[in-house]
Amino acid sequence: MTVAWYLVVSALIFCVGAAGVLVRRSPLVILLCLELMLNAGNLALIAFSRMTGTGDGQIFAIIVMVVAACEVVVGLGIIVALYRRRLPIDVDQLRRLHG
Amino acid sequence: MEDVLFFIAAIGAVVGAIGVIALRNPFYSVLALVSHLLSLALLFLLLEAQFVAAAQIVVYAGAVMVLYVFVVSYVGGQGEPLASIGPGLGGVGLVLCIGLFVELSIAILGSGLHAIDTDGAKLGPGFGTPGQIGQLLLTKFLFPFEIASFLLLVAAVGAVVLARRRRGIDAPDEPLPPRDRLELTAAEVMRIPRAGSQAESIGLGQEEKEERGGW
Repeated sequence: MTVAWYLVVSALIFCVGAAGVLVRRSPLVILLCLELMLNAGNLALIAFSRMTGTGDGQIFAIIVMVVAACEVVVGLGIIVALYRRRLPIDVDQLRRLHG
Repeated sequence: MEDVLFFIAAIGAVVGAIGVIALRNPFYSVLALVSHLLSLALLFLLLEAQFVAAAQIVVYAGAVMVLYVFVVSYVGGQGEPLASIGPGLGGVGLVLCIGLFVELSIAILGSGLHAIDTDGAKLGPGFGTPGQIGQLLLTKFLFPFEIASFLLLVAAVGAVVLARRRRGIDAPDEPLPPRDRLELTAAEVMRIPRAGSQAESIGLGQEEKEERGGW
């Protein structure tokens, strides 16, 4: 398969993840959709690494995995803190959380 | 053979991704994401990235997903109606994403990269092996490597600070917030009730804090 096929699959996964972030309201599912988008980016990076024949893209992908793990840990920590306070687990009702 | 594997893995990855956003129960969404990650690891193997594929399965599908499963079962994955934001807004979101996909496809297929229509460059021996990755991480990419380790440390400390119990392991959960309004600020979620207030500084007892209901 040519590299372009992998890139199209990556674009498709990214768009599914973006749709999830726009459509779903549970912060848990939104975190999962962020994972989907990061994974789509990983797939594109590794496809380009294969295209150029250097390992740089794979290093980028590993760093992206580290960032994704950090994001998951902090995001789930916030969700657990919300649950402890009996707050609604719903992003529409937590809209001032950026404050 | 390679083509067949590619289509199996690609269809598995896309179906898993759609499952994540289409299933109502967050627990099933997590399981769909695990199958998506396994298919993605197969795609990585087809792209000669053995080490990244192994890390994907062990770290992502293993450790991170276990964390998700724990939190979903702690929070209690209550189902959420899919069309909860209204059909109009949901439709707008889907149309935006289809438009984004068309745009990305045009950008990919219409790009000036000639190598994009090939199977990739000729690979040297040891491409994508742990040896090569480790060598790159400790020579060319030493700085990002150290930054990543520091970022992991910060995230671990931050998660402990966010999710700990405030008054020790035996303390009950924090009191109910006022329910007359549903909008909350970040300070209200994160602040220890009455911490930094005058009542704390003159040493009012724990009972009185509970009596007044915190907040």
